[in-house]
Amino acid sequence: MIETEQLTRRYGALTAVDSLSFRAEPGQVLGLLGPNGAGKTTAMRMIAGFLSPSSGTARVCGYDVRKEPLKAKRALGYLPEGAPSYGELTVREFLVFIIRMRGLQRDEGARRFERVVGGLQLEGVLDQCIDTLSKGLKRRVGLAQAIVHNPQVLMLDEPTDGLDPNQKHTVRQLIDQMARDRTILISTHLLEEVHALCNRVVIIANGRLMVDATPAELESRSRYHGAVSFSAPGSGVSQEMLGRLPQVSSIEVDPMDGRITVFPRTGERILEPVETLLRQQGLEVSEIQLERGRLDEVFRQITTGAENRE
Amino acid sequence: MSPIAAVTRRELRSYFVTPVAYVFLVIFLVLSGILTFYAGDFYDRNQADLQPFFVMHPWLYLVLVPAVSMRMWAEEAKGGTLELLMSLPLTLAQAMLGKFLAAWIFIGLALVLTFPIWITVNYLGSPDNGVIVAGYIGSWLMAGAFLAIGACLSAVTQSQVVAFVLTLVVCFLLILVGQPQVMEFFQGALPRKLVNALAHLSMVRHFEAISRGVLDLRDLMYFLATMAAWLTAGVLTLDLKRTP
Repeated sequence: MIETEQLTRRYGALTAVDSLSFRAEPGQVLGLLGPNGAGKTTAMRMIAGFLSPSSGTARVCGYDVRKEPLKAKRALGYLPEGAPSYGELTVREFLVFIIRMRGLQRDEGARRFERVVGGLQLEGVLDQCIDTLSKGLKRRVGLAQAIVHNPQVLMLDEPTDGLDPNQKHTVRQLIDQMARDRTILISTHLLEEVHALCNRVVIIANGRLMVDATPAELESRSRYHGAVSFSAPGSGVSQEMLGRLPQVSSIEVDPMDGRITVFPRTGERILEPVETLLRQQGLEVSEIQLERGRLDEVFRQITTGAENRE
Repeated sequence: MSPIAAVTRRELRSYFVTPVAYVFLVIFLVLSGILTFYAGDFYDRNQADLQPFFVMHPWLYLVLVPAVSMRMWAEEAKGGTLELLMSLPLTLAQAMLGKFLAAWIFIGLALVLTFPIWITVNYLGSPDNGVIVAGYIGSWLMAGAFLAIGACLSAVTQSQVVAFVLTLVVCFLLILVGQPQVMEFFQGALPRKLVNALAHLSMVRHFEAISRGVLDLRDLMYFLATMAAWLTAGVLTLDLKRTP
C-alpha cells in the first residue's frame, strides 16, 4: 500500500508538490499522470525517501517514510527516472550489489537473481558493462533492480519512456504479471499507457491533485464519450437528417477525411438510432464506431485548466 | 552482508574496473620512489630508515587523495545513482562509511605495494622495523584524514573538479599550519594560546610524531577525531541536501 498525506515539497518560492493526498491499494496499478514539471517525479522521490517532504508525509506498507525510512525502503522497489545504474559494472555485478544491499540470503538471492534475469530476458548480457547496453536493456536492468527483492510495493518513474513498441509491450506485460497482489505506482505522460496498464489514475498539475478516478470515469468526462463516428465515403449523408434525431446534440465533420462524428445529448444513447437512420436511408457506411471518450482531450482540459487558474 | 560491506565492495569494484585504480597506484608508487631517492637523499643520509620516504607522504597525499575522493559523492549526484542508492535500505551514515572504507582500504593497498622500499632498506642495513611499521600506520591514518575531508567536500558539490580543488585547499592548509615558517608568521599576529592550538591542528606534526615510532594516544585520537568529524559533516551535508 502507498499512502500520501498532504505531501508537500517546496523549493524556495516554488511549490513542486502541493498537499498531495492519495492512496493505492494492493492489486491496483495507479497511474500518476501529469504534464512535464507537474511534480510527479518529486512526489515519487519523497515516497522513495530520496527527498524529504516540506510537510505532510507518505506511508509505504504502513511505514511512515519520515519515521521509519528503512522499513519503508525495504518494502519498496523503485525505478528512478531514467533508470540510473552503475555503468562501469556488469549487469551481474550490479544485480548482485542490489541483492546484497537488500540483505537477501545467499540461496534466496540466487533464486531471485535467476527469476528476475529470466523474466526480463537479461541472460545474454549478464557479463556486459551496463554502459555498453542499449537504452531498452538499461531500462530492463533498472526494472530488474527494482523487483529483485520481490517488493510488495513497486514504484516506477516513466518505466517505458524511450522504449520501442516491442520493449514497451514486454515491460507492460511484466507489470501486468506483477500487479495481481502488489501495489504499483507508475508515473507517465503517455496516455496509451493508462489504457494498457492502469486501473486507477491520479492526475496532477502544478503539484496539485486534479483528479483521482478510473480510466473509464475519465473517458466518460470526454465530450466524445458516447459519440458515434462513421465514414461514409461518397454517399452524401445528410447532416440535416441526423440533426433531426431528438437524441443528437451536434454533428462534426472532419475536414481531412470526411469522417462524421455525431454527439449525443447528455445521457442519451445514439448508436442505435443513428444506425437505424442510416439503414433506412440506404446509405453505404464503411465502418461505424461508438466512441469511449478521448483521454488526451480530458487530460488537456484538466491540466490546462489548472494552469489558467494560476 | 551488511550494507556497509556491500557498498565498500561495490566501490572497490568500481575503482578496479575503471583506470582510476591503476593510474593512482602507478603514479603513487613511481612518485614515492622518486621523491624518496632524489628529493629525500635516501642514500646520502647513510641511515637505515624510511624517514625520507615518509616525510614526502603529506605532499603525495595532497595531490593524490583528492583525486580518489572527488568522485565519491559528486559522481553519484551527477549520474543519478544517488537517488538509487538512497532508495535502498541503508542510512546515509552507512553509505558514507562504506564509501570511505573502500577508499581507505584502497590507499592502504597502495601503501602495502611500497614494500620493495622496505625490503631495500633491510637489505642495505638493519633499520628499526618497529619505527617503520609505525610510519606506515601514521601514513595510513593521515591518508584517512585526508580522505574524510575529501569525502565531505565531495558531498558538497556535483562537480568533481570543485570537489578536488576544495579538498586540495583544505588539506594544504592543514599541512601548512604546522610548518615553522607559517607558525612564525602567526606568532606576532595572534595570541600565543591560539598559535599553539593552531599548531595542534597540523597533520604533519601528528604524523611525524607517529612516524618517529611513538604511537601516542593523542596522535591517534587526532586522526580518528578528524576522520569522524569530517565524515559526520559529510553525512549532515548529504542530509541537508535532501531537506527543503
